[in-house]
Amino acid sequence: MKAVISVIGKDTVGILASVAAKCAEYDINVMDVTQSVLQDMFVMIMMTDITKMTIPFSKFADEMETLGEQKCLSIKVMHEDIFNAMHTV
Amino acid sequence: MINEKDILETITMIQDENLDIRTITMGISLLDCCHSDIDVVCRKIYDKITLYAKDLVKTGEDIEKEYGIPIIHKRISVTPIAMILAACDNKDAVKIALTLEKAANTCGVNFIGGFSALVQKGFAHGDRELIEAIPEALAVTDHICSSVNIGSTKTGINMDAVKLMGETVLKSAQATKDKNCIGPAKLVVFCNAPEDNPFMAGAFHGAGEPDCVINVGVSGPGVVRAALAKSKDLDLTQVADLIKRTAFKITRMGQLVGSEASKRLGVPFGIVDLSLAPTPAVGDSVAHILEEIGLECCGAPGTTAALAMLNDAVKKGGVMASSHVGGLSGAFIPVSEDAGMIDAAKCGCLKIEKLEAMTAVCSVGLDMIVIPGDTSAATISAVIADEAAIGMVNSKTTAVRVIPAIGKKVGDELSFGGLLGSGPVMEVNTSSPAKFINRGGRIPAPMQSLKN
Repeated sequence: MKAVISVIGKDTVGILASVAAKCAEYDINVMDVTQSVLQDMFVMIMMTDITKMTIPFSKFADEMETLGEQKCLSIKVMHEDIFNAMHTV
Repeated sequence: MINEKDILETITMIQDENLDIRTITMGISLLDCCHSDIDVVCRKIYDKITLYAKDLVKTGEDIEKEYGIPIIHKRISVTPIAMILAACDNKDAVKIALTLEKAANTCGVNFIGGFSALVQKGFAHGDRELIEAIPEALAVTDHICSSVNIGSTKTGINMDAVKLMGETVLKSAQATKDKNCIGPAKLVVFCNAPEDNPFMAGAFHGAGEPDCVINVGVSGPGVVRAALAKSKDLDLTQVADLIKRTAFKITRMGQLVGSEASKRLGVPFGIVDLSLAPTPAVGDSVAHILEEIGLECCGAPGTTAALAMLNDAVKKGGVMASSHVGGLSGAFIPVSEDAGMIDAAKCGCLKIEKLEAMTAVCSVGLDMIVIPGDTSAATISAVIADEAAIGMVNSKTTAVRVIPAIGKKVGDELSFGGLLGSGPVMEVNTSSPAKFINRGGRIPAPMQSLKN
């Protein structure tokens, strides 16, 4: 089972590290990361394996959202199925 | 591997373009709750609904969290209550409405639909009693929606029922005049009512449906409009293609959420209703899509053609994205629930006559239209008859949900708040149709009904 973590907001030091640390805390394996900075706007997409995660999905999503609020970022955790459903035939 | 562009597109649709699942509606059959003693009926109804739907809201919220997609409403539709009432010795329909209200509060759902009667060919036991109870039932409850089917392509139009419904709409407004006439905002009069519609106020669980089922209604006018806004120079073939592609994506999401909800609740998945359902929120308007296609204002000449194309493209895009399509499926045009329609009605560009023409090509009918409080019952009945005739002849669903604003006149405004929005009081032709309505009887089924 995979989840997509998306991080959008103003670029600051340590965004990737803090998100990755949170994943490690709950046994979530980061499989792939893409990031770009467009006019000061930081966009990071992280593909993660949540098969062994040690926390309920909704709690993890809440924690990530709180982390985002602390850093003035929008952090969303979404199950990969929604992207597969919408963008593949 | 999902690519970054697709991920960002989905996130933008949800965050900036108001993409959401409008409703997960659990249909529950109450046919096994019939009993001659109404108290037994009420107990059975309450027990069944609260048992079947006990996890509905929680499951909806879990899915919302997991997929990151807002699910605005969790609702229930039930067997038309008139069918249950038929078996009762004491036909106190309001008592059942209050039971449904209690069940809605226990389950935490936004609405229960199905305080309904199907009288397209005539009145059976319980039908008249239910219709007569509608004004009081809608006044003493907050979460109950009512609908009455007065015609169909197969049966023609029951004009006795049409007369009765004009009076009922007016009485319902009078009974709730201290609550912004909210009563008739929860009451729909249908022709060709679908039995698996997940949208309120017209949802009910048809007699041919399974014991319990999950139906999903998607939304997404904002997404369609944003897609069109990004592609300015397309011809209409390309516009239709773009709408189809967008509708496909929206519906796939509905299909995913519906099948997931059905799996988690252990209830069969019924249908996805492919509708563009607007809200009063900025950027979530069907009228604005029509304006994006190229009309100065919704209601201008060309509106019907643009809406016909939009409605058709939504269906074509959605139908491949879903295993079962049903309900109303098309573009909704509820005036008070659509920011663009409200503006168009206020500036006088959009009139009831134009809306009536639009209903010939869109999914529902005259929806959420505020009319002067002194409109006669006969006039409301005649508006219902006109709309039903469009549905009957074109083999499509049409409906009327008009709200007589008691004490208000053309140009005033009536506000319901929330998703029901607010709307200007619109002008209604005052020439009297009373003689026509008082004739009663039935308009025979049209030739289109003879397909066998």
